[in-house]
Amino acid sequence: MSSTRVTAAIVGPGNIGTDLLAKLQHSSALEVAYVVGVVESDGLARARKQGITASAEGVDWLLRQDPLPEIVFEATSAKAHIANAPRYEQAGIQAVDLTPAHLGPMVCPPVNLRAHLDSPNVSMITCGGQATIPMVHAVSRVTPVPYAEIVASVSSRSAGPGTRANIDEFTQTTGQAVAQVGGAARGKAIIILNPVEPPMIMRDTVFCMIGPDADTDAITASVHEMVAEVQQYVPGYTLRAEPQFDEPRDVWSGSVSPAPPASTPHGRVAIFLEVKGNGDYLPPYAGNLDIMTASAARVGELMAKAKQEDPA
Amino acid sequence: MTRPTLAHDVRIVDTTLRDGSHAMAHQFTEQQVRDTVRALDRAGVEVIEVTHGDGLGGSSFNYGFSHTDETTLIAAAREEAKQAKIAVLLVPGIGTVEDLKKARDAGADMVRVATHCTEADVSPQHFAAARDLGMETAGFLMMAHRTPPEDLAKQARIMVDAGCQAPYVTDSAGALLMRDARARFEALVAEVGDEAWVGYHGHQNMSFGVANSVIAYEVGVRYVDGSLCALGAGAGNSPTEVLAAVFDRLDIDTGLDVPGLLAAAEEVVRPYLGRWPKMDRNAIVQGWAGVYSSFLLHAETAAERYKVPAHEILRRCGERGLVGGQEDMIIDVAIEMATKKAEGH
Repeated sequence: MSSTRVTAAIVGPGNIGTDLLAKLQHSSALEVAYVVGVVESDGLARARKQGITASAEGVDWLLRQDPLPEIVFEATSAKAHIANAPRYEQAGIQAVDLTPAHLGPMVCPPVNLRAHLDSPNVSMITCGGQATIPMVHAVSRVTPVPYAEIVASVSSRSAGPGTRANIDEFTQTTGQAVAQVGGAARGKAIIILNPVEPPMIMRDTVFCMIGPDADTDAITASVHEMVAEVQQYVPGYTLRAEPQFDEPRDVWSGSVSPAPPASTPHGRVAIFLEVKGNGDYLPPYAGNLDIMTASAARVGELMAKAKQEDPA
Repeated sequence: MTRPTLAHDVRIVDTTLRDGSHAMAHQFTEQQVRDTVRALDRAGVEVIEVTHGDGLGGSSFNYGFSHTDETTLIAAAREEAKQAKIAVLLVPGIGTVEDLKKARDAGADMVRVATHCTEADVSPQHFAAARDLGMETAGFLMMAHRTPPEDLAKQARIMVDAGCQAPYVTDSAGALLMRDARARFEALVAEVGDEAWVGYHGHQNMSFGVANSVIAYEVGVRYVDGSLCALGAGAGNSPTEVLAAVFDRLDIDTGLDVPGLLAAAEEVVRPYLGRWPKMDRNAIVQGWAGVYSSFLLHAETAAERYKVPAHEILRRCGERGLVGGQEDMIIDVAIEMATKKAEGH
């Protein structure tokens, strides 16, 4: 096993890129050698202050560097990533995509990262997805989940113009990932922006439909186990209460769309989460942004470890 | 986008079949919708809103599953209405442009895009889609008591610039006292009154729905919402039949047939009411503490499940500053209260 750290780059030196950089500074497996933007910015200045080579000349500049990065974190926009992704792949650089481009497989570290560690491009889904999919998976690995629904409440201050201009992208992508990655037969996602002051810490609620005879002890144990796994990279990820089990209700069956696809009465487990950020660069209430950067850092870290163990 | 020409002095929009969905726990049947639309249409109501209470895509654990798919209900409403337009509600973050397209295909003529009163910048995507689909538009600035008049007007400006023909002062909590309501109406009329119509959507939690509607008209508001039998969230909406009678007494032309609406309320809606929205303790607390009216039934369910009083849950919701859509937090609040109770606090 090599002890040399894997070279990495961050493209997009905004709030997300800067917070990600702060998280990766502690990494033993990778070293952020480059931070790249397309205009001079505070983010680039901050990176330089930390002794990192930073450029406003974009991906053209990055691809001229020697050594090239082996991993690039993209925190720009979907449009920029769609343009950049083929160039990274051609250069043999693995891309961890924090934008809504969703070109590569959708990855949630404790759920399915192992299957995609050598994928040329992985998508970090959405903030709500990173917060809730581990819980959906924690239930679906114990008992079938015909339908899962997540509600993400975030502080208005933590929702940027990109999210606001295309909020459908959040609901659709997250709903899809709750099913595909979380393991529910069908998924739905809801996002609420709350402007209350002082800003509210990100909250997520996960509702899973479960059979009337589901093993509630096993579900609770699985949920706790998964919370501990997420806490390894998001220390502020906590349960607000024990998982709440509700008896089947008639109004949870029926055959209407998009209501539950179950014909017999199903029960429900509700999981209440709080996601408090680490406050590395972003404020602690912005748990939604923190869990994106923490998850991306986790993905990069594990990709880098895999490279160290098995150098190409 | 220009605003539509008004046929009467004021345009009464009926939301029995949308806001009323909350009070019905989203269990409207196709027959109830057909009967209600027919009666409203005959009585001259120009716009009838039909959707899950929380808007398109609202059928969920969080808000309650619909008895009948809203697309079926919209199509049925469209079939029954001879002159009325059928409107749908869309709350970005819950419903999507895809849902809007389905509603349009089912026959919806108009969409009302609803955001919290400080978050209008999540709506341009949906107004743009509505324009592309050739739909009439309105915009709800919900929980309008939560932001000052001048800020509310700026949010209305965002919606109008995005293609909204009628931004609303939406008093989701029934919390606006008459002077607060007036200040917001005046601010919106001053900001966008030359290009769009300003609307008012009231709740009866503190009984101001109809009184505020009159003030609204006096200062230039031209879209006013009502529901038959007040059927709506919390203590319900301004009753459409009362609005019609009051505006008639004021010699303000609504184009509505007062006896027809009284009959619709009494003979069509009242027989299917499981509960008649009223100013009981829980609903008054919603107006008093500024709580989203749709929380009412959810708080009652949580109160029963966790053995804590619903009105106290609602007060806590107000203290926490919850906004529309955060129904999941009602359970969170109830658990917190039950835990404290068990610990003997």
